[in-house]
Amino acid sequence: MNADINPKVVVKDLNFYYGNYRALKDINLNIADKMVTAFIGPSGCGKSTLLRTFNRMYQLYPKQKATGEIILDGANILDKKQDLNMLRAKVGMVFQKPTPFPMSIYDNIAFGVKLYESLNKNDMEERVEWALKKAALWTEVKDKLKQSGTGLSGGQQQRLCIARAIAVKPEVLLLDEPTSALDPISTAHIEKLIDELKEDFTIVIVTHNMQQAARVSDYTAYMYLGDLIEFGETSTVFTNPTRKETEDYITGRFG
Amino acid sequence: MFNLYNRRRIVNAIGLLVSILAMSFGLFWLCWILWTLFAHGLPSLTLDVFSQMTPPPGSAGGLLNAIWGSLMMTVLGTMIGTPIGILAGTYLAEFGQRGWMAPITRFINDVLLSAPSIVIGLFVYEIYVVHVKHFSGWAGALALSILVIPIVIRTTENMLRLVPSTLREAAAALGAPQWKVINFVTLRAARAGIITGVLLAVARISGETAPLLFTALNNQFWSNDMNNPMANLPVVIFQFAMSPYEDWQNLAWAGALLITLSVLTLNILARVLFRQSATSH
Repeated sequence: MNADINPKVVVKDLNFYYGNYRALKDINLNIADKMVTAFIGPSGCGKSTLLRTFNRMYQLYPKQKATGEIILDGANILDKKQDLNMLRAKVGMVFQKPTPFPMSIYDNIAFGVKLYESLNKNDMEERVEWALKKAALWTEVKDKLKQSGTGLSGGQQQRLCIARAIAVKPEVLLLDEPTSALDPISTAHIEKLIDELKEDFTIVIVTHNMQQAARVSDYTAYMYLGDLIEFGETSTVFTNPTRKETEDYITGRFG
Repeated sequence: MFNLYNRRRIVNAIGLLVSILAMSFGLFWLCWILWTLFAHGLPSLTLDVFSQMTPPPGSAGGLLNAIWGSLMMTVLGTMIGTPIGILAGTYLAEFGQRGWMAPITRFINDVLLSAPSIVIGLFVYEIYVVHVKHFSGWAGALALSILVIPIVIRTTENMLRLVPSTLREAAAALGAPQWKVINFVTLRAARAGIITGVLLAVARISGETAPLLFTALNNQFWSNDMNNPMANLPVVIFQFAMSPYEDWQNLAWAGALLITLSVLTLNILARVLFRQSATSH
């Protein structure tokens, strides 16, 4: 099932439980280094759940647990000994709804950086500028860095969240339906951004929008009811799927 | 088709009428109370009220010592109660998903929230006044702080719960430890609502009589000493309004108006604060 790729993350026999409900069933998957991998599938198929195991986001909630292995750079991140904060420094995440913190644009970005590095004022300013430029937001906000991040438009807020995530200089970037709350123009902005970001980051994106998966990703995983049905190069999955279910979903006959 | 439309219109009209009647009934009494208060209180609200001490019956005087005492005890009560309330509310909202502590705390807090204030007064009388053997300003402030705590706990918890969990997740996803998420993100996002809760608590305690009757009691003279009985507006109003002397009764009206006006100001302030934060988010 795994294509011939250079993996950044290796998922082995991953199972996930919400209480007693088994939401992921024996997932095996390789995430390619410095590529874009898309998870698609109907609502409730477990694609977001799978994404949220990569930074152990589920750990915020007492009744959720994962078994199996997720190996990032040779170490199993599901191991109890794994330092959560260090993991999240390496694996950044952007959510469906823009989530600017109730502070200035500058502080929104500095917040994450300050958790790991003590930079002087100049270096911090440079880092903020670098992140905002990477997220293609710099020209729009460079004159109002002291203003509240909650005052930006939805699309700008989402790019602010991307800037905030990459300012920490993670290696993997998780995007959980990053454009589903945005208008088409902002969506186009962010898709273009994803294309540029994959030079530096390994990107995993969950999307409801199949055209988006086809446009931005190199690899696609199709999931259904907690099973990984099909995984391969995006061009193959979309034009010549090996499984009937995948074809039905992609052609819109189902889901 | 038309029948259905007409029926809906009539039901709608009846519903509207009943609601308007209910609202008028409530407003009627409120307006009457305010009208009586202003009619009796305004003429007595002279400069003397703010510059003279409470007088013996038959001579001129004001409410200065009572205003000062009320201010002292309200401020101290708020200062003691607010930090405890905010910390406990934060615990309930942010750490309260697991274990048995939180549900029990929440239940007891609800009981405390609706406990008659006279019980709080008696409680402080038993545990403090009886042991030091005299009424005091501290005992009053303590009783008031016990009234503040449940209100602040409730509003802090509710306001923190309104903060979307995605914001918490976003901060945690950056690798922020929980105390930083709470301090820098969720408490900040809920700031205006929490301040509103504190202001409402202040408004509530500034008119409380029963808890002070058994704790601070009263004092005819100017006093800064929190270890001695302290004058305060509610108890003075209680005492003066019950008296047969007309000048005392007038002062009671003035005091009642003063408390109402300050509570009104606090409420308006709370609303303005809350609205500002609602538009900036």
